[in-house]
Amino acid sequence: MLAAAAAGLLLVGIALAFYWVPNAPDEGFRQRIFYIHVPVALTAYACFFWAAWKALRLLWTRDQRYDLESYTAVHMGVIFGILTLVTGSIWARTSWGVWWTWSERQLVLFLVLFLFYSAYFMLRYSVDPGPRRASMSAVYALFGVVLIPVSFLAIRLSEELIHPVVFTRDVNSNLAGSQLLTVSVCFAGMLALAGALYVNELTGKRVDERLRELREALS
Amino acid sequence: MTSAEKYVTAAYLVVLGVVLAYIVIYAFKLSRLEREVSELAELARRKREEVTG
Repeated sequence: MLAAAAAGLLLVGIALAFYWVPNAPDEGFRQRIFYIHVPVALTAYACFFWAAWKALRLLWTRDQRYDLESYTAVHMGVIFGILTLVTGSIWARTSWGVWWTWSERQLVLFLVLFLFYSAYFMLRYSVDPGPRRASMSAVYALFGVVLIPVSFLAIRLSEELIHPVVFTRDVNSNLAGSQLLTVSVCFAGMLALAGALYVNELTGKRVDERLRELREALS
Repeated sequence: MTSAEKYVTAAYLVVLGVVLAYIVIYAFKLSRLEREVSELAELARRKREEVTG
C-alpha cells in the first residue's frame, strides 16, 4: 500500500516538476533539482526524528522491540542522507560551479549530522547485543536529533546566503503556489517511499532475529 | 541536451539508482532468508526423526 502510494505520488510529483512548474526566474531549468533534493533532505530529517522517538520509547518503557525500530529508522535516514548529499552536490555544481564548499556552514552541518549517524553503526556493532547495546544506541540516536534543528536553522542563519532559503515568511522570496504544490507532492511521495522501505527493512531484520533464535534453539 | 538538463537528469537518476540498488540488495537478503528457513526446516525435521526413532 505504502509502496504503491510512493510510486504514484513520486510519478505525479516528477511529472509536475518537469511539465507543469515554470522555470524559476533566477535559477532556470536547473531549479528542478529542488523538487527531489528538498524532499529527500526533509525525509532524512524525518527518519532521524523517528529514530529518536523510538529511542525515547525504548528508554522510557525498556521494551526492546523499539531498539530494532530505532536502528532501522537510522538506517533509512542514512540512505536518505547520502541522497541529500549527492543531489545537493549536483545542484551546487550546476548552480555555484563547485561540487562542495567548506565555507558554507549548512553544508558542513549536514555532513556532520550524516557522519554522526554513520558512526551510530560503529558504536552499535562494537557492543555485544543486549539491553546495554540497546540503551547506548538509543542515547546516541537521541543526541543526534539535537543536530537537526541546528542543521535546518543554519540555512537561515548563514551569512553568505548561497544556499537558497525556500520556506520563509518573506512573501517575495517564498515559493509560488505551483512550486509549493509540486514539492509537497514529492515530499509526500518520498515519505511514503521511506515508510515502505522502513516497514520492509524492519520485517527483514525481525525475521533475521527470529531465525537466529530458532537456530540457537535447534542446535 | 543543455548542461543544466544533464545535471537535473543526473540528480533524478541518482535517486532512482539508489532505490533500485536497495531493491536488488533486499532481493539478495530475501533469498538468504529463504535458504536459512529451508535449512532450519531440514534441521527441525531431522531432530524430530531422531526423537521418534
